[in-house]
Formats: sequence, C-alpha cells, structure tokens
Amino acid sequence: MLKINQLHKSYPIGDSSLHVLKGIDLSVDQGEMVAIMGSSGSGKSTLLNIIGMLDEADTGDYILDGLPINNLTEKKAAVYRNKFLGFIFQSFNLINYKNAIENVALPLYYQGIKRKERVEKAKFHLEKVGLLDWAEHLPKELSGGQKQRVAIARALAANPKLLLADEPTGALDTKTSYEIMAFIQSLNDEGKTILMVTHEEDIANMCKRIVRLRDGVIMEDKKVTQVRAEQYV
Amino acid sequence: MFDLDLWREIFQSINMNRTRTVLSGFTVLFAILLFTILFGIANGLNNSFAESFNDDANNSIFIRTGRTSKAYKGMQAGRRIQIKNEDFDFIKDEFNDEVQYITARIYKNVTASFRSEQSAYDLRAVHPDHQFLEKSIMQEGRYINMGDLHNRTKVAVIGRLVEEDLFKKTTAIGKFINLNGISYKVVGIFSDEGSDNEERKIYIPVSTAQQVYGNNDYLDQINLTYNPNLTINQAIGFGNKLEEDLKDRFSVARNDQRAIRVFNMAQQNKNVNQMTTVLGVIVFIIGLGTLIAGIVGISNIMIFIVKERTKEIGIRKALGAKPSSIVSIILIESIIITSIAGYIGLILGVSILKLVGPSLKDYFITNPSVSSSLVFGATVILIIAGGIAGYVPAKKASRIKPIVALRND
Repeated sequence: MLKINQLHKSYPIGDSSLHVLKGIDLSVDQGEMVAIMGSSGSGKSTLLNIIGMLDEADTGDYILDGLPINNLTEKKAAVYRNKFLGFIFQSFNLINYKNAIENVALPLYYQGIKRKERVEKAKFHLEKVGLLDWAEHLPKELSGGQKQRVAIARALAANPKLLLADEPTGALDTKTSYEIMAFIQSLNDEGKTILMVTHEEDIANMCKRIVRLRDGVIMEDKKVTQVRAEQYV
Repeated sequence: MFDLDLWREIFQSINMNRTRTVLSGFTVLFAILLFTILFGIANGLNNSFAESFNDDANNSIFIRTGRTSKAYKGMQAGRRIQIKNEDFDFIKDEFNDEVQYITARIYKNVTASFRSEQSAYDLRAVHPDHQFLEKSIMQEGRYINMGDLHNRTKVAVIGRLVEEDLFKKTTAIGKFINLNGISYKVVGIFSDEGSDNEERKIYIPVSTAQQVYGNNDYLDQINLTYNPNLTINQAIGFGNKLEEDLKDRFSVARNDQRAIRVFNMAQQNKNVNQMTTVLGVIVFIIGLGTLIAGIVGISNIMIFIVKERTKEIGIRKALGAKPSSIVSIILIESIIITSIAGYIGLILGVSILKLVGPSLKDYFITNPSVSSSLVFGATVILIIAGGIAGYVPAKKASRIKPIVALRND
C-alpha cells in the first residue's frame, strides 16, 4: 500500500536548517491502522504531510499504491490527493460558509462528478456518520464531534485508498474522542487503511500498530492489541 | 466551456461574504460613476460648441466688402468696393474644386402684405445653393431654382413665421405676396433650427432683385461653403488664397482689412477643435486615472480576500483542487464584482446625467450624455479591468501551499 525509504526532510531556519526527518523507513499494508506517535518536534506531522502530498521530501523514495510520488507538479499532486487520500484534521477544516452536505460533496466536485450524483453520494456518507438530519446546517451550528464526523464523511466521500488523520481527537473531549475513534475503527474493520498522528496513548492503543518517532527517526514500530473504543462509549 | 458548478461556487462565495463584496464593488462603482459623469460633461461642452455653430453650415466662408482703408496703386483710400455677378462667376470658375455651395446675397428691407395683413421683413435675393448654406428646411413647396434665376421669375420663398403672420391659418403656397408694391408668387415655406429670426426672412431669386430694384448686377455679399473633403488647414489656405485673389482683382492692398473681408469658419473650427481636443485629452487622462485607481482598489481588496481565504483555499487544495480551479474562482469573482459594480456605476452616472443634464444648460453644458458605443466599450474595459485586478491575487492564491494554510494556529 505504502512504502517509504530513507526519507529526509529539513526546513531552513534563518541561516541554518532544521533536520526534521532523518531517514525514515516505513511500510504500511492494506487494511492496517497505524498510529504515529511522538512528542512535538519529533517530525510526526511532517511525515504525515509528506505522506499526504502536502509537503515534499528532500530525498528518499515514497511509493503509494505502486506509484512513485516525487517531483509532482501541483496539478498532478492535486489529482493524486483527490484520488488516493482522505484527510481528517484536528481543527476539522470545514469551509465555514458551506453547509454539511456541501462540505462533504466538495472532493466529489473536484473529481468532476455531476451535481446530482454528488449530492446523492454526500448524503450516503452523511448518513454513514449519522448526520443526515444535519445536512443543511453550517459548521458553526454543529458541535465539535459533529464537525469531525462531517469532516470524516468528507474524507470518505471520494472513496480514498488511504485515510490520513492528524490528531483527529485533539480538539475533542474524551467521550467524543472515543465516539470518533469507534467510528474510525469501524471504517478500518471495513478494510480502510488508516494512518493517524496522535500524542495520546489511549488513542494510539486503539490502533493496530504504533510507530514512535523521536528527533526524526523511528524509535519503535510494534503491533499492538487493538483496544476497542465502543466499550467506553 | 460553461461550468455551472464553478459559477455556483463563485456565487456562493460572493453571497456568503456580502460586506466584503459590497466594499470591493464600491471602489469600482465610484470610479465608473466619476468616469461617466466626467465624460458626459465633456460631451455636453462639445455639444454646446457644436450647437453654437448649428445655425449655418460649419464649413462656410463669407465675403463682404466695404471701403478701402489704405491708398494703393495710386488710388486713394475710401474707395468703395462693389462686388458684381462677374466676381461671383470668377470665384465659381476659379475655385471649382474647393467650392461646395455658393450663393450671393442682396439685402433689402421690404414691407410685405397679403390682403389686409402687412409687416416689415428682411428680404434676401439669393442663388439656389443658399438653401444648403443656411440649412433651410423646406416645409412645403420648393426653394428657388435655376429656372427662376434664368427667367427672373417673380417668386418668393418665405419663412414659417412670415406665413403665420400674413396668411394666418391658410396656406401661402400658390398665393401672391406683395413686396414693396410688386407681387411675387409664394412657391415655398421653410423653417430653420437656428433661430426664429431666420424664419422671418423672405427669399427671392438674385436675378429678379437685380432687375426689379436697381437694374444693375450688384451683389452685397457672397457666401460659400468649402469642399468638406478639405482638411482644416487646406480650408484655411483656400480662404487665404480667395482673399488674396479678390484683393488683387479689386486692386486692394493685401493688408487692407476693411475693403474685402473674408470670414472663414475653418479658422473658427480650428480653434474650437483644438479646444475640444485638449478637453478630450484632459478628460481621458482623468478618466483613465480614475479607472486605474478603481482597478488598483479592487486588486488590493482581492489580495486581502485571498489572504482571508488562505485556509479555505488550503482546504480546497487538500481535497484535490487544481491550481487552475483556484485561479478561476478568484479571477471570475473579481470580474463579476467589477462588472456588476461597474455597470451599476455606469447606469447611476447615466441617470444622474439625464436628471441634472437639462439644468446645466446655463453652464454651457448641453445634453451631457454618453454614447452607447462608449457604454459598450466601458463594459469591455470593466471585464478586462476585473481580469487584471484579479490576476495577481489569483496567482497568489494558486501558489498557497496547503500545508501552510492548514497549520494549526
């Protein structure tokens, strides 16, 4: 599904440069649910951004679903992102002047799907996250958990191969966090490959594999027994 | 290709951010409003100039004579210069290419009467071309023609007000009008846009007047129009040549200003033209400046809008928006705001001109308005302006990196 080889990334800071990723090797198979952990500054978000094609590595190989991802033009990156990846952000990143269903339908718009079909698909995914009744509501009329569920529906709308989540529960209270995690787990049960960045142990333990980063290198990469989130809900 | 969804996206963005849209639109609206009013006023000034010369053809040359003021070739000053038919023919033959219409004039004051009505009028004995020089508009019947000239017929063409005065409600055509005791058949009634005064004139053939009133071949004045194909400078040259030739013909000193006077409208036109040209340039510069200010204004606001929408654009890109789609959104939004706001400004400007236009007549501004071709041109300029104003911000927006836009802060 995903293969990363000797990935390096540094950011210029003034005259010097900050070496954030120092040779990452990572390989993720279809159907896995991986948590990337690490303290702030460990490079976990940078890694996720590179996997999400939002950022580019300096050196190293990155192969996604058999396709080498490097030196992409912006246009190509846009097409790949749209086709392969679904994003879930800590701050939801819904477009504030679009209602729930319009937000969910946006990736489909960029796929060039007809409006009628877009609305149908968006409805289907909203129903899946249990928010069909809220379809016409603007993000500001939704609670944090609801917003994140809309964001998840949006990430799913384009039927991506890989779901990337950057601290998906970071802005939510514990109960809501577990609800969201339960939902993400159910997606994984259906076979979606999921990669999430988190710094919360309990959230990480709800994944099937934990990759720990420190100072730009992988310290630990182990499979864990998945803690089901439903039991806390 | 018409992409309905793209337009939906844009209209949603415009509609959801009304304050922003209205503010940015206002800059353009005001620029176009000023531009329109300015242009209208300039047009009004031009119209006033044009109208003040509307009475007669504006390519006229008048030749009048008087007494010499300078002794020349052994002749004393104070000699009276009299133009005659032969001088008329001389001009006609000599300057055949330069002359468009030509007529002589003999002036008389007459008492005209019809039955019991009678009144005093100016009589002018003229050639047929006089109709075009004076821009007389035939209401009924015909003007004096070559036949009248040859046969010295006693016919008269009278002004609309003469008919009103003497013939009351009945038509004058075919009736006989008595001018100083001699009967003339009325063959035509004319009107004139210049003034009422002109409509109180009576015209008869020049040959008839010469026979009836003096039995000579004297003329009081020669009026002509130069060939409209001549440039202003050629026309002025023609006028000068004409004056010199006539002075030579009558042995008048070249610098004698009173013996033979040639008044050339071309000279007048040149001055007016120069003034309106300068006026046009000034208006153009001010208008262009206003327009540029408008473009810069909306460009500024669009840059601000892009900044404000950085996060949204980042989200769109993360979801798979191509740079070209981002450019379209910003560019078209800019064009729409510019076009609509500009058009409102244009309509507002035209309405204001319509509303206050008539009351500006006292300030030498007649019928201030903008032509439909200008309106069309302005619309095209608006769309281009919107494109220019939106281009830089749109390019900027398309270069936004989603990672930067989505950074949590």
